[in-house]
Amino acid sequence: MANTTLTRSVPRTEPGQVIRQPRKKLTVGKAAAIVVAAVLAVLWLVPFAWATVTAFKSEADASASKVSWIPPSGFTFDAFASVFQAGNIPLWTWNSLYTSAAITLITLVISALIAYALSRIDFKGKKLLMTAIIASIIVPPPVLMIPLFYQMLAFKMIDTPWAIILPQVIHPAMVFVLKRFFDQIPRELEEAAVMDGASRIRIFMQIILPLSRPILAAVAIFVFIGAWNNFLWPFISTNDDSLLTLPVGLQTIKSAYGVQYAQNMASALLAALPLIVVFLFFQRQIIKGISTTGLAGT
Amino acid sequence: MSSSTVSRQTSLVRTKPTPGIKTGPSLRRSRDNVSGWTFAAPFLVFFLVFLIWPILYGFYMSLTGKSLTGANDVLIGFSNYSEAFADAGMWRSLGNTLYFTVISTVPLVLVALVMAALLNIGLPAQWLWRLSYFAPFLLASTVVSLFFVWMYNPQLGLINDFLSKFGIPKIGWLNDPNVAMWSIVIATLWWTVGFNFLLYLAAMQNIPAQHYEAASLDGAGAWRQFFSITLPQITPTTVMIVLLQILASLKVFDQIYQMTSGGPGGSTRPVVQYIFETGFTGYRLGYSAAISYIFFGLIVLVSALQFVITRRRSA
Repeated sequence: MANTTLTRSVPRTEPGQVIRQPRKKLTVGKAAAIVVAAVLAVLWLVPFAWATVTAFKSEADASASKVSWIPPSGFTFDAFASVFQAGNIPLWTWNSLYTSAAITLITLVISALIAYALSRIDFKGKKLLMTAIIASIIVPPPVLMIPLFYQMLAFKMIDTPWAIILPQVIHPAMVFVLKRFFDQIPRELEEAAVMDGASRIRIFMQIILPLSRPILAAVAIFVFIGAWNNFLWPFISTNDDSLLTLPVGLQTIKSAYGVQYAQNMASALLAALPLIVVFLFFQRQIIKGISTTGLAGT
Repeated sequence: MSSSTVSRQTSLVRTKPTPGIKTGPSLRRSRDNVSGWTFAAPFLVFFLVFLIWPILYGFYMSLTGKSLTGANDVLIGFSNYSEAFADAGMWRSLGNTLYFTVISTVPLVLVALVMAALLNIGLPAQWLWRLSYFAPFLLASTVVSLFFVWMYNPQLGLINDFLSKFGIPKIGWLNDPNVAMWSIVIATLWWTVGFNFLLYLAAMQNIPAQHYEAASLDGAGAWRQFFSITLPQITPTTVMIVLLQILASLKVFDQIYQMTSGGPGGSTRPVVQYIFETGFTGYRLGYSAAISYIFFGLIVLVSALQFVITRRRSA
């Protein structure tokens, strides 16, 4: 009995790593498809390419009235040097990193705990709780910004990292993504542990969580990207220059640098770099993560 | 409760029956109540403090003349709402939001579908296409805005320079009130279409291969297969993508605020920006809370529609 249940594989959603359609030889249709896909890919890469070329130009070349892909006075690191001298980007990156990491961690812990309760424990008021959480999925964050700002003022949290972090840890849709996954884990896996008198929290930590790594990773990716790129709330809740996150910090450089296009693009690229690099390394996991959580709603 | 769960529960509780003390199922049940709410507690605290309370408090604020300076903190009934309904600025920004939602949702769904369909044919170097289409989604709105403001620059920008090669006169991408919203849509399409593309791709790759094999045997070509197999099979995904996209587009703020600040002449200002400005620039917190609730009503309406549609589908 125990053996059969243990070998039963845990449900896993793996949206297509394999192209199921049989590969045929190159037909006219397929060649046309490649051409269209390539045109789209070029269109989608041009903004990156143009930003990169601009960032490696001198300011004079960048603002020259003749648009050039190869600048007359050659490529230079001047823009990046100036941006680093201004010294804000590393600080903003750090602020984004630790606030997003904290948001992701807190979200995962509190969402997994309640999802476990909703999936496995029969307690009074569970139905009501579920309804309240489902209903809250539709609340759009912009509706909360005015009262939340006022509330954070009252908590004296404005201009502290807590103002950025705490309101961003509630992801009702992710609670249900996790609950759905927990629901599919066979209960037999836990019964042996219950026989041995293991507590709920031990079962949760030692059986449920290890089996849920793929979905935890998916939720973490979804929440982290959202937090890293969030603009509106960090913009409202921080004025202190030392607390700005990358997206909010970048908004301030436009006024500070004015028409220094090369520096603007250098800053934008430096801000874009961390997630792009992470994506290059974890492409499969990220794509899988987005595909499994994306339809749950935001 | 089914009999099997009851019998399992009793067998699992290993306490000797002692008279006068709760035993068996009832002990188990009260334990479940405690542990259930204990597991739920951390989330609930955040949920109540940072979601439920602001919703209730925001509604209360909308019934007051509250301002950021703290003055006028008295209940004034629904007069903020009646003022909002007569406020041309609110209607205009609401109209801008709806306009953006309509003209952005169509390309954001269609282009995503085309991208996924192209890849699903089985093009070589899958990762390369996925990377190019999806990468912009990983950028912060501010990065996207910096990229596009620079490319849209009327004098020095890449786009006008390219068009001039075909004799097209310079376009004021972000300065012309008739064009600005479309420019925002193009930037938004570039930025977020990758998300919908991934959802479509995942749905298409979940279609069992046998469907296609059977169709090929019947002599159906790729074009025919797309319309008679792929498209019908992914209809539930399409419904979800369209609804999620509408909800996302209704919340538009970041890229518009960063690229045009709602200009020129308020022609791109979305309702979220109107709420933001009334509250934080105009200091009228009560009034802006009222507009938030009107906007919330709109979102609830769309979500209710989504609920009805998805319910009908699954029923």
